Amino acid sequence: MNRVNLPAAILVALILGIWEAAVRLLAVPVFILPPPSNIVWVALVQAPRIFPHAVVTFAEILMGVGFAVITAIPLAIVMFAKPSLEKAFSPFLVASQAIPVFALAPLLVVWLGYGMASKVFMAWIIIFFPICVSLLEGFKSCDPEFRMLFRLMGASFFKTLTLLYWPWALPRFFAGLKVGVGVAGIGAVIGEWVGAQKGLGFFMIQSNARLQVDLVFAAILWLTAMGLLLWWLTGVLEKNIVRWK
Amino acid sequence: MLQVCSITKSFKGQTVFSNLDLTVGQGRFHVMIGPSGCGKSTLFDGLTGVFPLDEGRLLWKGEPFADLRHHAAYMQQKDLLLPWFSLLNNALLPAKTSGQDMKAANDRACRLFERLGLKGYESHYANQVSGGMRQRCALVRTLMFNRDLILLDEPLSALDTITRRSLQSLLLLLQTEFKKTILMITHDIEEALFLADEIYLLSARPMSVSSHYVLDLPKPRNSHDPVLTAIKANMLEKLEGDLNHEPG
Ligand SMILES: Nc1ncnc2c1ncn2[C@@H]1O[C@H](COP(=O)(O)OP(=O)(O)OP(=O)(O)O)[C@@H](O)[C@H]1O
Ligand SMILES: [Mg+2]
Repeated sequence: MNRVNLPAAILVALILGIWEAAVRLLAVPVFILPPPSNIVWVALVQAPRIFPHAVVTFAEILMGVGFAVITAIPLAIVMFAKPSLEKAFSPFLVASQAIPVFALAPLLVVWLGYGMASKVFMAWIIIFFPICVSLLEGFKSCDPEFRMLFRLMGASFFKTLTLLYWPWALPRFFAGLKVGVGVAGIGAVIGEWVGAQKGLGFFMIQSNARLQVDLVFAAILWLTAMGLLLWWLTGVLEKNIVRWK
Repeated sequence: MLQVCSITKSFKGQTVFSNLDLTVGQGRFHVMIGPSGCGKSTLFDGLTGVFPLDEGRLLWKGEPFADLRHHAAYMQQKDLLLPWFSLLNNALLPAKTSGQDMKAANDRACRLFERLGLKGYESHYANQVSGGMRQRCALVRTLMFNRDLILLDEPLSALDTITRRSLQSLLLLLQTEFKKTILMITHDIEEALFLADEIYLLSARPMSVSSHYVLDLPKPRNSHDPVLTAIKANMLEKLEGDLNHEPG
């Protein structure tokens, strides 16, 4: 984790270099496509303007993730404990993934308002499924020999869950959570596009309308940084909890 | 105490054993020896209900019952230690799951750790210790079940000769001091002769009892005892005969 991924770093540098060179050589106007150096500069210089919006979006993502985690865990446990319930719930889970979130966004804004609630809900819809499914798969992947050991010990379902299934599923749960924190931002930003008074999505729409493309890119940079930060934090959390791997 | 009446088990048409009979006497030390793959582990799995038996019945003190799950502690061939618990917590699992008094269980486990040479490794994790230590930890866990009947599937196979000797004495102690009834699988004839009151020599495909020796000799035993050497010679002869008849 601590070692720099050299090939990726080279690739990123190459892409940014070509972009920078092309924009400068072809003299593309800043309001069409700014060079990367300009974007970084704007993202830093305009930080005081962008930061309040970033805080709102970050809070929406965190709440979306939080709600997704606290709802996905009980549902995964219930579906694992009762296969009949899994059968009953799984079509809904799949359907929740098939719904285009973009299509829901305007409705959610109508129902839940222009505040944070509609954005949190959007983030929740998107990431609930990967977390729930990966946890359920984690429970199911438990080695039958260990299950048998617990049966021989006469362990109750609850004891087996806390001592065996839960730790067994943790690596998968974190894999799902990492996917979740990566895409949660999408839900929040779409919600903000449709209707908001604050947040990076709102800031992007506003800047776009004023042809301040460099600010749009700066906001995207901030979003990306937030996504990476969350992803990294999840990895740190995982390392501290799943020590035995 | 336990009677096994003509039990049968096959996997996809492959018969592992059929019409197998065994009698397990209270407080006695039974040892099973047989060629690798003949179905010894499968027998223990069947008895403990890891999977259902196809036919036959089991009697516990004269009463028919489904499987030994509530009567026996079973130490499987694999140590099955959980990687997220320390050795001590692994050994305490049976106490945790069956709601024993944790303070007493903890003391007991610590004493057993000391007895089995695991002292100082209580807080190590399974991937930090040797195969032999893992096996000893699994043995402690098995003893923590608090059951009268103990099924041991090659409990000492991963140990060096010296440790093995001292643990053999410990297994004897289980019988003499803790009054446990023991059913053990081993590949080691010396070990069987040293420990057993009864030896079941098993033959392969389908598994059956090819000989049953009753050794009513005092323990600890001297391996040069003429009775033991005679039995040993007889067992070797039978095992080799089995190997020669092995089809393809
Ligand atoms: N779940 C299973 N499905 C199909 N066949 C099985 C299964 N379990 C065991 N067998 C078969 O049963 C036979 C006996 O296996 P078992 O593990 O009981 O042997 P064993 O006597 O314990 O050998 P070893 O001394 O090497 O441990 C093997 O031939 C194996 O292929
Ligand atoms: Mg075996």
